[in-house]
Amino acid sequence: MSQYDSGAAMRHIEERFRLVIQRGAGLSPGGNEPRYTLALYLGVSRGCCGKCGPTTPAFGMDDPARVPRPRKSPQSCTATNSSGGRSVPPGSSSETYSSVTAAATLRLSRHGGGSGNSHNGRAWQVLIDGSVVGSLRNNEAVDLPLEAGHHGVQVTSMRFLRSPKDSFDLAEGQVIGLSCRRRPRHPFIVQRSIILLVVSLFKHDVWISLIPDDTVEIDLEAGGNALRTEAADASRSPDSTRAITSVKEITSTPTLDGKGGPAALAVQQLTKRFGQRTAFSEVSFEVAYGEVFGFLGPNGAGKTTTVRTLGTLIAPTSGSATVAGIPLSPENGVEIRQRIAIMPEAPGLYLRLTVTENLEYFAGLYGLHNPGPRIEEALEAVNLANRAGDLCGGLSKGLRQRVGLARTLLSDPAVMFLDEPTSGLDPVAAREVHDLIIGLRQRGVTIFLTTHRLDEAEKLCDRVAIMNSTLRTVGTPAGLREQLFEKSLVVSTVEPVKGPEQLFTSIKGVESWRADGPASYVLSVSEPRAAAPEVVRGLVNAGADVLTVGETQHSLEDVYLELIAEDVEAHKP
Amino acid sequence: MMGLDATRVRAVVRKELRDFRRKRSIVATMCILPLFFLVEPVVTIFLVTPSTSGAALQKSLILPILYLLLIPTIMPSTLAAYSVVGEREQGTLEPLLTTPLRQQEFLLGKATSVMIPTLALSYTLFGVFLAAVRLFANSAVASAVFHDSPVILALLLLAPLMAGWGIVVGMAVSVRATEVRVAQQLGTLASLPPVAVIILLAVGVVSPTFSVALEFVVGLLVIDVLLLRFVSGMFDRERLVTGAKAA
Repeated sequence: MSQYDSGAAMRHIEERFRLVIQRGAGLSPGGNEPRYTLALYLGVSRGCCGKCGPTTPAFGMDDPARVPRPRKSPQSCTATNSSGGRSVPPGSSSETYSSVTAAATLRLSRHGGGSGNSHNGRAWQVLIDGSVVGSLRNNEAVDLPLEAGHHGVQVTSMRFLRSPKDSFDLAEGQVIGLSCRRRPRHPFIVQRSIILLVVSLFKHDVWISLIPDDTVEIDLEAGGNALRTEAADASRSPDSTRAITSVKEITSTPTLDGKGGPAALAVQQLTKRFGQRTAFSEVSFEVAYGEVFGFLGPNGAGKTTTVRTLGTLIAPTSGSATVAGIPLSPENGVEIRQRIAIMPEAPGLYLRLTVTENLEYFAGLYGLHNPGPRIEEALEAVNLANRAGDLCGGLSKGLRQRVGLARTLLSDPAVMFLDEPTSGLDPVAAREVHDLIIGLRQRGVTIFLTTHRLDEAEKLCDRVAIMNSTLRTVGTPAGLREQLFEKSLVVSTVEPVKGPEQLFTSIKGVESWRADGPASYVLSVSEPRAAAPEVVRGLVNAGADVLTVGETQHSLEDVYLELIAEDVEAHKP
Repeated sequence: MMGLDATRVRAVVRKELRDFRRKRSIVATMCILPLFFLVEPVVTIFLVTPSTSGAALQKSLILPILYLLLIPTIMPSTLAAYSVVGEREQGTLEPLLTTPLRQQEFLLGKATSVMIPTLALSYTLFGVFLAAVRLFANSAVASAVFHDSPVILALLLLAPLMAGWGIVVGMAVSVRATEVRVAQQLGTLASLPPVAVIILLAVGVVSPTFSVALEFVVGLLVIDVLLLRFVSGMFDRERLVTGAKAA
C-alpha cells in the first residue's frame, strides 16, 4: 500500500486494484466542513480515453464492461489532461491523462445512526437541480451519474422541510462522495423560524447535513500505466486541497514474502526473554500490506507476547522489526500505535459505560475529532448499531468481543492485530467476525491474526506462521500442505487386490504404495490428477472392482499437528 | 511533559468522571466521608469563647484547618490508588496501552479527573464551614477567621497541593501494586505525611507565620511536581501488562 499526500503521484498499475481515497478528520475548526472534490486520472499510453465504449478497448483491459462509463456518447468524448481542466481529443499522445473512474458521479451515502429512531426507516428524497432523482434509505449508498458542470443537491427527510441546498462543480471523471447525516441540534437553529425550531426539538433530522464523504472507494482493472491523483477545488474552498490527507492504493493481491513491495510488518531475529524464560526466539517473517497473516501455535508458544512486542507494549530483548513502516523502538511507540490497532483476547471494556461511551473514549485516545460518524460506522460493521446505548456490563461475551472489534476499527489502522477474535463466540457470531475480517482485507487492512482455530486460519489467512517459541514455518496453507505431506491417492476396492505390489508399481505415475486396510491402498504420486485415471485403468484391467479413488486431503490442522508433534518428540528426554 | 496531547488527556478525564458518576458507592463515599471532617472544625469554632485572646484564638483555629485539609488529602488517595491497578484488574489497561496514549497523558488525565471532584467537594465544604462561622460563630472568631488569620488563603492554596500529594502518592502506589485493596490501604497511609506539618503547627512546635506557610506551599508544590515525574518514570508498560519487569 502506498500513501500519497494530496497532489500528484505516478504509479505503474499491473493488477486490478482498489483505490481508497480518504479524507482526514478535524480539518476545519468549528465543524465547517470544507467542500472539495477529488479527481482521479489514469494515464494511458495508447488507445482512447477509455470512455468510448467496448469497441475501443480501454488500457488493454480484459473486461471493458467493468469500467464504469459516463453517459456521454463516444462522439462527444473528450479526455481531461493531468491538470484536470483542459480538454484534449481522444486517442492523443501517451502523455494524455484520461479519467476512467465512474465519470462525473455523485455518490450519496446515508448514515442514520442510533437505534429507535423511526426516521431511520424512512427513505429520504434526493433532489438534483430541483428535480427528484431518487430516494435513499438508511445505510445505503447510491451513485448518480451526472453531466459535468454545476449542480445543486438537496436531501429531504420531510416534505415541508428541506435541507439547505448544497452545490458543487463536477468535472469530467470526478467522483464526489457526499455523506448524508441527520444534523444534530445546533444553536444556529435559533436563527431560523420559530416553527422550525419547535419542530426541530422533536425531529432533529429536519435538516440533513451533506458532508464530504470520508472515503470513496473505486475498483479499477489492470492495464493502465500511470495513476495520478489530485485534489481539485470545488471553487468554494481555497483550502480544499489540504482537506484530503491521504490516498491509499491497495492492491487486491498482497505481495507475499515481502518481495516486490514494502512490508507492513518486517521482523528480523526478534527475541523476547523474561529472565531465564524465553517467550520467543529469533523470529523472522514479513507481512505484506493487505495480507491476512495467521499466527498459530500452542498455548505458551509466544504468540501473544509477539503481538505485544510488535504493538510496542513490551520491548524485545534483541532483534529488530518495522511495524507499518516504522522501526520498532520506544521512541516510535506513539507513532506506531497511531497506525495500528490491537484487539487483545479479552476485550477489556468499561462495563459501567455504554458501548458508544466506550468507543468515544478510545476515539478520543486516537485523537479523533467529531468521532460520531466513525463510531456509527464501526458499530454497523460489527452489527451492533442497535446496541449502541447499552451498558457494556449487560452485554454477552460475544457482543463484548464485537465491541472490542469495533474499537479496533475506529482509527482506520494500517495494521490490525487480532488476538483470538472469535474466542468464546458462537458459530454465527464467529462467522460474522470472519466476514468482517474478509471485508477488512478487501479494504486493504493488514491483519495479523493469532488463533487456535485452524479452520479459521485456513479460511481467512493468505499465509500462516506456526510458532512454538521459535518460528516453525511460514507459508500459504496450501504450500505448507505440499511441503509437509506427499501427494497421494487413496484407493479402495470391493475385494483385496491380487498381487498389489506388481500391479501398483507397474502403473505410470505411482511412486510407492502401502496398504491402508484389507482393501484400501495409499499410493504416492507426483501428480494426483494425472495418476488417478491410470490407477483406475490399471485396477480395472487387473479385474478389481474399484469403490473409490480420491486424493488425500490434508488440512492445516494436519500440518500444525505434524510440526508440533515434531517439537514434542524433540523435547522428549 | 512536552508534547502532551490535550485531546487524549481530555478523553481520559471525561471517561473517568463518567465512570465515577456511574459508581454510586464511590459518589456516596466521596460525599459522606468528608462530612465527618467538617463536624470537628465547626464544633471547635463554636466552642471558642469570646474572651479568648488573639494568640490563643489564632492557635485554636489551626486544628479546624487541619481537619478541613484532611478532606482534600485523604479523599483522593483511594481513588488515585485505584487508577492504574484498578484498570489492570478489570482488564482495561492493555487495550488502553495499545492506543497512542502516552503514560504522562494517562497519568495527567487520571490525576485531573481525581482532582476535579476532590476540589469541588473540598471547596464546597470549606464554603459550608466559612458560612457557618459567618452566620453562627461569635464575632471575634468570625473576625479572626475572615480578617486576622490566613485561614481562607491557607484553605484555598493548600487544598489543591494537599490533594496533589494524595493523588500522586496514590498513583505511585497504584503503579507498583498488584492488588486494588493493597493499593488503597497503602495509598491512604502514604497520603498522610503532609498532615504532620499541620500537626506540628497545631502543637506549637512550628509557629504559624506567613513565611512558614509560604515555605510549606512552595515545598509541597515542588514535591508534587517531582513526584508526578517520578511516578511517570515508574510507569513500566511491560511490567503492567505482563507482570514481569522490563529487561
